[in-house]
Amino acid sequence: MIDAALFASALGALTPILFAALAGALCQRAGVFNISLEGTMLVGAFAGVAGSWYTGSAWLGVLLAVVAGTAYSLILAVGHVSFGGDAIVLGVAINLLAVGLTSFLIRTVFGTRGTFSDPALQGLPDLDLGGIPVLSGHSLLVYLSWLAVPALAVLLYRHPWGLRLRGVGERPEAAASLGVSVTRYRYGVILAGGALCGLAGAQLALGNVTLFSENMTAGRGWIAVVAVMLGRALPWGVFAAALLFGLAEAFGFRLQGIGLPQQATDAAPYVVTLVALFVSSARIRRRAST
Amino acid sequence: MKTVLITLVGALVLGAVLLAATGANPLEAYRAIVTGAFGPDGIQDTLAYAVPVVGMATALAIPLRAGMVNLGGEGQLVLGAISAIVVGRHVPGVLGIVAALAAGALAGALYASVAAVCETRLGVPLLVSTLLLSYPAMSFAAYLVRFPMRDAGSSLPQSEQLPPDVRLPAVTDGVTVGLFLIVAAVAVFAVVDARTPAGFEARVTGWGPRFAAYAGIERPGLTVRLLACSGGLAGLVGAVVALGFPYRFIDGALITPQYTWIGLLAALLAAANPLGTLVAAVFFAALTSGGFAMERVTQVPRELTAVLQAVLIIFLAAATGLLRRRRSPA
Repeated sequence: MIDAALFASALGALTPILFAALAGALCQRAGVFNISLEGTMLVGAFAGVAGSWYTGSAWLGVLLAVVAGTAYSLILAVGHVSFGGDAIVLGVAINLLAVGLTSFLIRTVFGTRGTFSDPALQGLPDLDLGGIPVLSGHSLLVYLSWLAVPALAVLLYRHPWGLRLRGVGERPEAAASLGVSVTRYRYGVILAGGALCGLAGAQLALGNVTLFSENMTAGRGWIAVVAVMLGRALPWGVFAAALLFGLAEAFGFRLQGIGLPQQATDAAPYVVTLVALFVSSARIRRRAST
Repeated sequence: MKTVLITLVGALVLGAVLLAATGANPLEAYRAIVTGAFGPDGIQDTLAYAVPVVGMATALAIPLRAGMVNLGGEGQLVLGAISAIVVGRHVPGVLGIVAALAAGALAGALYASVAAVCETRLGVPLLVSTLLLSYPAMSFAAYLVRFPMRDAGSSLPQSEQLPPDVRLPAVTDGVTVGLFLIVAAVAVFAVVDARTPAGFEARVTGWGPRFAAYAGIERPGLTVRLLACSGGLAGLVGAVVALGFPYRFIDGALITPQYTWIGLLAALLAAANPLGTLVAAVFFAALTSGGFAMERVTQVPRELTAVLQAVLIIFLAAATGLLRRRRSPA
């Protein structure tokens, strides 16, 4: 029931959510509520597959996914930071635009509908870390996503940029009066978040599987939004929250093996996340009341 | 209003560029959308599509009026439909129709109230609680029509059909008398919003939550009431769709057409104003059904209309932000 393969598959499920959740945490820290992670990840997944297909190299696909994710997140940056549009309204529209745009492009670029896959499509190779169980046999992006967690922690707490960034999030007026450009920092986090979502999409479409299908992110970007909330935008907190979701997803697949209907296990990650939110908010309130 | 028109023109221009990029004639494509949506062949499709979209737009506009976003419309819609089928298969005749519609509304209302209580009692933001609860509801309905409620004579994941006496009579092809129920719901929302203390409380909360609290409006109670109304209407829409052709619950049939998300966009576009929401929802429904005609005429994928809708909202959100900033240079 619980064995090495379970954890290995949890790690595969973890990576796209982790990348997106780190993007969300970064934005949250600079005072931007970013719910466009889902759509940006979807655009990244499409760009990754298109890049890999036309260049024949999965890594160029990843590069294109990062470029596309960054470019796509410009919509939020310009609309929210420069124009002052509501981040939630923009986020909902950006997510829907991604669904429409990728469904439109899969037909105009690949000439198919629904799912594009081809035996010649290059996916990311699995790395063999000397055959260590569980940790071995994932794509490079999986390891990169783990490194991104301490990297974000160092950036936020051990680097002047992180200090200013948190200042922009907590007291924008104070940060501005000290000469920190709120606009520039917010553009920075949104675009960096777009790049991370591009990586998330690349892992999803070229690492976990090798294909693109319409709406293939299937709510993972939303789970990332919740992981940011659950992990209180702390790098390790977000990592733990994303891992919880990855485990719930992998465990759900396992339960199907013993005859539980797929629909029950599909719902499991969302229920687990909701319960985790109850517990965490109850703890915060108990601490606040004492 | 002027902002809406300017952004509409902006979105259409961008759409024309996209159309030209795919090698189609933009004017021809736009003409195909209009004739496809309102022409003699298209108007029925538009109407059939508009009923659930208007219903969902209104349902989501109710809490949005107070600045609360219900992202769980899909779950409430699906639960409403499946509850209506359960009741409709056991209660015969006109009583069955009424009971099925009531069951749908009740299921949606209860489920949305659970999400509201998550915010008011358990400290989980409404945006998140509604969204997270939506997925288990969809999975639950998918499970029901695959196992206990499955139509044994079919290989598809769908329930058995409702008996002939528990079906809503058709007005025209694809449109049932459910149309009038949805129109009535819009009218009730418009009157309550404009003429009653309850509607005023919601609007004041939307203008400024802190001011509303200072004025003595009790937010937790308001949240539960608004969400119950929102979910109730979403459930009713599900029931109306379920009691129309093909008189059964088919897994995914309420999700794939994006009723909920297009409805939410319409409500956002109109800033949850009741009549504005109605107009925006009909407009989006026409755009979507016109998209099919455009695809037939120009071979441009109909997903282009979904792109146009989203671009319109993005432009509008940016434009309103800019206006707000100009008015209060802080």
